[in-house]
Amino acid sequence: MKIQYDSQRVAYPFFIAAMVLFGAQILFGLLIGVQYIWPETLFPAIPFNIARMIHINLLVVWLIFGFMGSAYYLLPEEVEGEIYSVKLAYLHCVLFVIGGATAIVGYLFRWHDGREFLEQPTVIKVAIVIVVLMFIYNMIMTMVKGKKTTGVTVVLLIGFLGLAVFYLFAFYKPDNMVVDKYFWWWVVHLWVEGVWELIMAAILAFLLIKLTGVDREVAEKWLYIIVGLTFMTGIIGTGHHYYWIGTPEFWQTWGAWFSAIEVLPFAAMVAFTFKMISKKTREHPNRAAILWTVGAAVLSFLGAGVWGFMHTLPQINYYTHGTQITASHGHLAFFGAYVVICLAMISYATPIIRGVKVSNQKLEIFAFWTMVVSMLFMTFALTGAGILQSYLQRVLAYSYMETQGYMSLFYGLRLFFGVTFMFGLAIYLYDFFTIGRKEKHLN
Amino acid sequence: MTRDSARNIFVGGTLVVSVIFLVMTYLSHASYPERTHPENLTEEVVWGKHVWEKHACINCHTLLGEGAYYAPELGNVIARRGVEGTRFILETSAKQGWGQTRKMPQFDLSEKDITGLVEFFIWMGNVDTNNWPPNIEG
Ligand code: HEM
Ligand code: HEM
Ligand SMILES: [Fe+2]
Repeated sequence: MKIQYDSQRVAYPFFIAAMVLFGAQILFGLLIGVQYIWPETLFPAIPFNIARMIHINLLVVWLIFGFMGSAYYLLPEEVEGEIYSVKLAYLHCVLFVIGGATAIVGYLFRWHDGREFLEQPTVIKVAIVIVVLMFIYNMIMTMVKGKKTTGVTVVLLIGFLGLAVFYLFAFYKPDNMVVDKYFWWWVVHLWVEGVWELIMAAILAFLLIKLTGVDREVAEKWLYIIVGLTFMTGIIGTGHHYYWIGTPEFWQTWGAWFSAIEVLPFAAMVAFTFKMISKKTREHPNRAAILWTVGAAVLSFLGAGVWGFMHTLPQINYYTHGTQITASHGHLAFFGAYVVICLAMISYATPIIRGVKVSNQKLEIFAFWTMVVSMLFMTFALTGAGILQSYLQRVLAYSYMETQGYMSLFYGLRLFFGVTFMFGLAIYLYDFFTIGRKEKHLN
Repeated sequence: MTRDSARNIFVGGTLVVSVIFLVMTYLSHASYPERTHPENLTEEVVWGKHVWEKHACINCHTLLGEGAYYAPELGNVIARRGVEGTRFILETSAKQGWGQTRKMPQFDLSEKDITGLVEFFIWMGNVDTNNWPPNIEG
């Protein structure tokens, strides 16, 4: 397939940055996985807290690179017009790389703030806001100049606007820790269970329209149903974080009911995906992209829907709150929803941007299964660890460190599947960086 | 259902839940004087919170169950270790770190930092958490 609009190529540097940072994220994940078993590793040069903050910050940063690249790729086809300013896109890509790299290197030298996920020092936070505003400006101008406005682009725009708006709460750091925690969740929860879901659903809808050839009218109706369900459940669903942090008891009722039905948007994405595939009017040659797309729907349902529901009711969360159960869910949800949707878009767009025919995808499909199966088993290992921890520590009142001693088998399994995950990722990256380097070009 | 009615439900539904959410946010804030005792937020407590953030303690420990899962819960550390015990841990870790297997790094904690942290933990311990954690071990 040939690229339709020349400016779609600007997505490419975003994808490259995303892939490099993804690799680095997993290296730091392995490091903290190792430290769980051999705490002396690289201690005190890179202590656990520093390595962990790099692991989770790299995740968020590369996902945003992935989202921006996806948006730049799909916008021209959706609005039928070139990107408003390709230069601006390159500029904020470079700025984002510099800002992100500075932050990560700074962490190694203890230059950081102290709230989980929001460790970026204030100047870096400001830089991030500027980058995102440059992106949003470019996006809006592209939509204004384009011939059409589509549901996909509108939902995507709301997603990015929300991402920017809720990030502003990262600047608010009150003295009262309870108030601090309350609004910390406006960034973290309202991102992953709110506005990011819009970005995901919009990319999913775009991919399904392209891959199945089904009518846009149908796809966009589903898209609005999905994002309607997202906000109607997820906003008040924030209450599932307000059970035990000093906030009033009424959240136990509201948070439980609304977060319990947060599975609905994820279930709707699964239904949407299978419905579109069953009605397909064309056989798309990019099998790997289809696999990633279906994978995003199914795995996000598992990680966010099922693993989220598992500990969202206060009766259960009382015992599992802040244990390895939380970590198991955090991994499968972030991976299943946001990692996989980014990789789906990258898988779809890369051959087109490079101007090559999709041919042999054996390696990529092997990498898909290796990463997915590894992540599932890593999640199972952490779930086992979490059940044991909840029982020993929360029910039988063993001390924290004593409990950890009984959990080492699970930590070993987690590390094992972390290594196989890294293996899958290495193959994926090798494939990504060599696609089209061997085949002959179309243009 | 058509695409446009789906869109309208999205917009209308979002507005309704947002209003409810804002009202509940207001009610939550109205409860803080009683549940969190802001009148006890002394300079020392505020300094303690600052030190807590400066060293990114949250990326090993949990605080009221939020954070990392590599080291013990600290929201109730005063109840578990007492003021003296907590102070002793912080003083030791200022010199050589703390712990046998998983170690807390050596942080350059001044006397002021240590007092701040202890006061901060005392303040945290007085937050009404609806009886969480289930037992003293956190
Ligand atoms: C793609 C969507 C989601 C992502 C990426 C995600 C990610 C996470 C992460 C990283 C945490 C840990 C936060 C921390 O560091 O303290 C967390 C906590 C939590 N999540 Fe999700 N989540 C998602 C969806 C859901 C859904 C749909 C539900 C419920 C149905 C849910 C229920 C919970 C609960 C109850 C907690 C608190 C755990 C605790 O008490 O320790 N999540 N989530
Ligand atoms: C080799 C693979 C990986 C290993 C060994 C690994 C290991 C870890 C460890 C040890 C932690 C700290 C848990 C704690 O605080 O005690 C962590 C946190 C986290 N990791 Fe990974 N990780 C890996 C891959 C990933 C991937 C692929 C993702 C995203 C899709 C991810 C997302 C996260 C998140 C969101 C957290 C914070 C969880 C929370 O606050 O509950 N990790 N990881
Ligand atoms: Fe949440």
